[in-house]
Amino acid sequence: MAGTAVRGRLSWQVATVAAVTEETDSVRTIALNLPDWPGHRAGQHLDVRLTAEDGYSAERSYSIASADGEPVAITVERLDNGEVSPYLTQELREGDQMEVRGPIGDWFTWGPHDGGPLLLIAGGSGVVPLRAILRHRKRSGSAVPARLLYSSRSLAEVIYREELNEYRGTAEVRYTLTRSRPPGWGGFSGRVDDTMLARVAWPAAERPLAFICGPTPFVEAVAELLVARHYPASRVKTERFGGA
Amino acid sequence: MTSPVSRGFHRISRPAGADAGKLPPGQHVTGDYPVLSAGPTPHTPLEEWTFAVRQGGTTLRSWTWQELLALPAETITVDIHCVTRWSKLGTVWQGVPVRTLLDQIDHDAQYVLAFSDGGYTTNLPVRDVADGRAWVAFDYDGRPLAPEHGGPARLLVPHLYFWKSAKWVRGLELLDHDQPGFWESYGYHNYGDPWREQRYAGD
Amino acid sequence: MALDGNAIGGLLLEVFGSEMTSAQASCAACGAVGPIAETAVYVRGPGTVVRCRTCTNVLMVIARVRGLNCVDLTGLGALDVRAPADCPS
Repeated sequence: MAGTAVRGRLSWQVATVAAVTEETDSVRTIALNLPDWPGHRAGQHLDVRLTAEDGYSAERSYSIASADGEPVAITVERLDNGEVSPYLTQELREGDQMEVRGPIGDWFTWGPHDGGPLLLIAGGSGVVPLRAILRHRKRSGSAVPARLLYSSRSLAEVIYREELNEYRGTAEVRYTLTRSRPPGWGGFSGRVDDTMLARVAWPAAERPLAFICGPTPFVEAVAELLVARHYPASRVKTERFGGA
Repeated sequence: MTSPVSRGFHRISRPAGADAGKLPPGQHVTGDYPVLSAGPTPHTPLEEWTFAVRQGGTTLRSWTWQELLALPAETITVDIHCVTRWSKLGTVWQGVPVRTLLDQIDHDAQYVLAFSDGGYTTNLPVRDVADGRAWVAFDYDGRPLAPEHGGPARLLVPHLYFWKSAKWVRGLELLDHDQPGFWESYGYHNYGDPWREQRYAGD
Repeated sequence: MALDGNAIGGLLLEVFGSEMTSAQASCAACGAVGPIAETAVYVRGPGTVVRCRTCTNVLMVIARVRGLNCVDLTGLGALDVRAPADCPS
């Protein structure tokens, strides 16, 4: 019943940490055991609530990194002055508990019926929901063409690098590094700009669907570039993570 | 259902220690300086910036940026307390006392409504700003006040919760009767004394 | 911090009892229409402020006052929310 579905999403469920995977020096994926999880769409997020022994609690939102049908997972980046992310990326271990609410958000989501071609543009940890989209696309056997342009400060900070490289042939993954250039680097360098998009973005005439996720200034700059390339605003979906 | 405890999780705060007596109830000391706002950061060019004291639709007096900086300023060290429960002790500011501005005006108003670029407002009794406990502050920690923290100038009223220290302040409206400002209209306390923990209307 | 309506999906679910990020909101000040997901949202202050991205008019303010979500919708001209799928009878 619809009412029960809403109550299910509204209430906090207890999640147990099933596994942790270190993705980079400061990024970790946390797989959760959530026995009552109703399933989710790629791009959605969940809310996490942590409670300390003295009753103090903190809530944060994290994009779901996994596709529907896979164990629910979030990927968390450690923010230096953060209160929750240092705990999740360093202290938390298998068997620990937290509360989770979700899945949340029906706007920034993609399923095969939404069509394409898909243009996914990630800034830093903004790659998380876009990775979920790519995983869902692969699991569902969708033939919708997809390109990911992933902006990262350095190669070492690229999340899911091995997995993304395995999409060769089924989706195009391009990187731009903004603060370093490894020897022999064949990818892009510098911030996403119109010259780069001219090489990566589907022409507007193909009616592409774009998803941009990352820090607020990144998302707004890239969205403006796509609109200038005649992407209708309604076909450019954005999710801002805040921060620089 | 009581929430399960997340093993090893705790609030990040500097232990109050010797500062414990200086903290109002329900506050904790933060190490950083959180940026909280109700709207986008405005960017008024300094050539256009003015601070105005108005009453009943008339500007009684206004100062340009240069005129403000020409006034005698004070360097003060104060503790600030945000209603969201973080406090920062020993913050250093430079600014013109609001008393210096109001002393140049002949008025008998009982209340002020501070107004800012972007439409933010907050209300205060005149005596809370005219008695030497409020400043138009333009330097923080020895440097020009950054835009995200309210620069070029913000109101600084450290004896009240920090939402009363209006960022991007552009002036004061003199009023005969108290009129709730932005957060006061949405359920926050009209006066906001952290020592009496006046967070919400009715506290 | 300047985010968008995606960031408050959980809060809106609490307040409205429904997924709201894809609800179409009209600004009472300038008439701009768009999903709540694309509004300009300011969080972590005394309350959550949702603004029209076109004209910065305040659409919604949600303040947590003594455990109650106090919601002001004065700046919203209209709100179109997809009805939940009908349950089979």
